[in-house]
This record gives sequence, structure tokens and C-alpha cells, in this order.
Amino acid sequence: MKKRQMYFRMIIASLMRRRSRMLVALLSIAIGATVLSGLVTIYYDVPRQMGAQFRNYGANMIFTAADQKFTLEDVRQGTALIKADQLVGVTPYRYENVRIHESPVVAAATDMTSVQATSPYWHIEGEYPSSDGQILVGAGLAESFNLKSGELLEVSYTPAEMASGDETIQDNILEFEITGILDTGGSEEDYLYISLSDMESLTGDAGDIDIAELSISASSDELSDYADMISNTVSSVNARLVKRVTASETTVLTKLQALVLLVTVVVLALTMICVATTMTAVVTERRKEIGLRKAIGASDSSIIKEFLGESMMLGGLGGILGSVLGFIFAQQVSIHVFSSSISFMPALVPVTILVSVLVTGLSSLMPIRSATEVDPALVLKGE
Amino acid sequence: MSLLELKNVYKIYGELHALDNVNMKVEKGEWVSIMGPSGSGKSTMMNIIGCMDKPSKGEVLLDGVDISKESAKNLTTVRRDKIGLIFQQFHLVNYLTAVENVMLAQYYHSLPDEKEAMEALDRVGLADRARHLPSQLSGGEQQRVCVARALINYPEIILADEPTGNLDEANEEIVVDLFHKLHDEGTTLIVVTHDPEVAEVAQRTVVLRNGRVVKEVQNQNFTGKIHFDEGGTHVTKKDLKSEKEIQEEEQAHENQ
Repeated sequence: MKKRQMYFRMIIASLMRRRSRMLVALLSIAIGATVLSGLVTIYYDVPRQMGAQFRNYGANMIFTAADQKFTLEDVRQGTALIKADQLVGVTPYRYENVRIHESPVVAAATDMTSVQATSPYWHIEGEYPSSDGQILVGAGLAESFNLKSGELLEVSYTPAEMASGDETIQDNILEFEITGILDTGGSEEDYLYISLSDMESLTGDAGDIDIAELSISASSDELSDYADMISNTVSSVNARLVKRVTASETTVLTKLQALVLLVTVVVLALTMICVATTMTAVVTERRKEIGLRKAIGASDSSIIKEFLGESMMLGGLGGILGSVLGFIFAQQVSIHVFSSSISFMPALVPVTILVSVLVTGLSSLMPIRSATEVDPALVLKGE
Repeated sequence: MSLLELKNVYKIYGELHALDNVNMKVEKGEWVSIMGPSGSGKSTMMNIIGCMDKPSKGEVLLDGVDISKESAKNLTTVRRDKIGLIFQQFHLVNYLTAVENVMLAQYYHSLPDEKEAMEALDRVGLADRARHLPSQLSGGEQQRVCVARALINYPEIILADEPTGNLDEANEEIVVDLFHKLHDEGTTLIVVTHDPEVAEVAQRTVVLRNGRVVKEVQNQNFTGKIHFDEGGTHVTKKDLKSEKEIQEEEQAHENQ
């Protein structure tokens, strides 16, 4: 039999046949590894989770015309530069002056599907328009004109030529069904919302885009990079960050990550103390065994190797347990705090095991060092 | 040259002389008992011979090498290579089986060999208990595992500290019989005991008191083979008596 085989046979025998003792040590390591793994998972998932939360507060980038105008094609070119998995939504807006009940109001033509992604905080009494011929009315306008969901509303548009005095040109009038009343508490309540194609029908031209709102799940730095890249690549577009959103997002994220990091470091320190205490107890309990091993010829390095092997194997087992339990822990935290699940990070498994092994090994060094100071003559006499 | 020789050995703790100018020789293949009351220095002597302690003064020659000046690391090597230890409290590793406990000594010495460890257990009559943990063995069986562990590396000396101290009469007899067997095979035995019955089955008894050797007795009741240190010539009990008679005659002559 090779020495290495006997070495592992001894370590496994010690772990398996002293199960109750070793379980206590394993438990302390596994708890530490669980909290560590869980916190690291949360640490890395916080930006994603918080990013998703922040996306509820609306767009964090806007496209405006660099010169005078830009088109939907420009928007498409700009958004093509953003990674697909980071782009939560992009909503173009075209504003035109129209009339309802003979009064001038502003109509915003937009994509009714993507607006739900870029402005998830919009509260609709009724429903979003799902097809052409349907309209969303801001709560302010609805109150002024006493409009309700389900009613029909005539919207008229005066072409520019007629406005300039050409009386041969008629107003364009379209009838819309009001599907919902928009309630945001902001300026959005003073607009009508129709689809881009309805606006085209109403005005008679495809027109240009006035503004595009983008919701992107990315860090502040990434957003700045995207903005620069888009502005440089698509000459007609000026991409800008919505500082109000991005700055507060960065601040909150930094503070949250710092908090999680601090807790992780504290847990790491506590785990090390806990493991060191457990290993000290293990060494104290096994003084006679150490004395015997030394008496029958074990060198100090052999004793260190054996005890370190045991503690590192415990660390490995604790790390494996901690990886699994840590994910469950992080998942529960995520579900209860962020109301969403987290994705499993496979790379964290070997890292947790490695850190657990290293932390256990390091924490055990001092007690193991003291093991080599055991005087066999004393302990074997029972003094 | 004697296998072991203690020359003017002292072990001093403050005012206390645990060993006080001890001189003793043990020949190869000899079976020596060390007797004495509590505090006489038996354990101190055992620790020094067993390379677990060093004398304050004097020389301890093992195979002609003075081990009293060796470093702790070298003493570990000497202990591992030349000495087999048997303890009163057995001191088996409680989570290793009998055969694994024997292999442990091989592990530190050279290479573990399960077959050889099984043979050693067989020699002490425990082949069928090889896979048992110490807690599943009786005191006598544990001590026999301890004996198997001590002899597995073919040490120069087997050093037993009160080997029968924790055993009943039946198991004491088994262990003493094992010592006879080992001695007959040529193993050098040093047995520390306070039990006169165990002491007198040895070839020679050294009596300690207050750290001094006060008496050395060639035992009349010794029934085993006598080995001379070199050449392996065996002498019988009868020869020993003759030697003793010669010594007595010499003593009487001196007195005259």
C-alpha cells in the first residue's frame, strides 16, 4: 500500500468514525460557507436585481435629434449597438398638435407595447390600445374633457399647409376608441397616446421621431459608453443619460454592494474564528492520539499534514454543502427582498469550495501548530 | 558492545533527582525488567530509553550511538527505527481498526503493508479481530494489538511500560507468554513494571529507588532462552545458574 493511500484511509476513518465530533466542525464550516456563498451570490446579483428594480422607474437613456430630426431607422441603428440582453425596451415618440372637442392638445404617437417596458410605472385605468383606432388618454385631459374608457373620440389634425392659410385643404379627422386613462401623476397625463401608424394616417406622413426613450439594464459606466458610442456612430442621434435615474442607481448600488461586502468580510472573520475554535477543541481532545503518533515515530510535519488534511477535507465538504445551501439562501433572500429568483452561478461552486478549504486550512494552522508541541511522554502518562 | 548502555545518567528537575547517576547495560536479545516503587524513576528512565526525553547529564548509548545529545527530530527517527513501545493504557487510535493501528507504525516507519500487519496480528492471536475498532476489543486484546504494533517494524528494543497494569490475570498471562515468544525469537525486551511476578519472568531485574539502581538480580525463575549479544549463541537456565553461582563465589571470595 502506498503511503498516500494510508494517509487518506486515516483521514476518511477519522471523519467517518468520529462522525458526531466531525459533524459539529462540518456544520460550523458549512454554515460559514453557506453565508459566504449566499452573500457573494447576492453581491453579484444585486446590480441585476436592483437594475431591474430601477427599470421600473423608467428610461435611463434618451435619444434626441443631433441636428434637426431623426427617424425610426436611426433609432434601430442606435439600439443595435446595445447588447440585446441589456436592452429592456426602446420607445420612440412623435409629438403633433391635434384638436379634440375643438381644443388644441398634444398627441404622442408611440409603440404601445414597448412603452410598457420603458414606462412600467404607468398606471392605466382600462387597457393599453392593442390595435389601430384605439387611443390612450391622459388623466388630465380625461378630466378636462370628461372622457371615459370605452367612449369614442374624434381627433382632428390640421395639416401645415392649411394652417398657413390654404383653405382648400381640409382637417384630417379620425375617430378613436378610448381604451384606457393614463394616470402617472406627471406631465404624461396631459397627452393623448396613439400608435405611430394612426399618427401617420392622421397626419398623412410618416414623420420624424422627436425623442426615443430607452431602458437599459447596465451600470452607469456602461451606459455612458453606450451613449458615446451611439452618438458617435449614428450621426443624427444624440444619446444622453437620464442622470436623475442613473446617478441614484449608481449610488444605491454602490452602497448596497459595500454593505453586502462588509457583511461578507465579517462573516468570513467569524467563520475563521469559529473554525479555529472548533479545530482547537479537536486538537485538545486528541492530544493523546497526537502523543501516541509522535511516540511511534510521527514527525511534526506528519502531524501537521494529517490534521491539515482532515481540516481541509472538512473545508471541502463544508464548501460543497455551502455552495448548495448558499444558493438556496441567496434564492430565498432574492425572492423575499427583490421578489424575483436568481440564476445559479456555476463558477461560484469551485470558488466557494476553494475559499472554504483555504479558510479552514488557515484557521486550523494555529491549533495544528500547537498539536506538534504535544509532549508524548507527558500525554501518554496521562498528566 | 551492549545494545543499550546508560552511563552516569542524571535527570534533574530543580532539586529533584529523578535519575541519580544511573548505570545500566542491556545486551542484545536480553529481557530486562525495571522495577521500583512510584517515584523511583522508572518512567523517567523509560522515557529516556524510549527517546522521548533527554538526560540532564550522562550518556545513553544505543547501538553505540549516544542518543542523549541528539536533536528532537533525530530522536523521533531513532524511536521510529529502533524502538517498539507498549503502554499500560494501550493507546490505540480509537477510530482505526486493529490492523490499521498496526499499519500506523508501518506508515511512519516505511510503507504500510496490510498483509504484514495481518501477520503481526496473527502472531498475537488476533487475526480474526483485525477489523475491529479498539472499543470492540477487550483490554487484553487491545494490549496484544499494541504488542503487534510495537513489533511490526522489527525494532532493536521493545520497551513496555507496565504492560500488564490494566489487565486481568488471564490476559496478563497471554501478554507474558507473548513476551516469552518474542524473547525466544531474539527480541530485546525492557519491561517496566511494579509487579514482581511479571518482573521475575524476565532474565534480569533492575531495581530502582529514588532514582538510583539499588539492585540487579539475575532471575532464578527465568525459563526462556538466553541470548548472548553477539554470535547468537544460546545458553540455558542451567548456564545462568552457573554464572550466578560463579558470581556468588567471587563475592564470597572478596569478602574473605
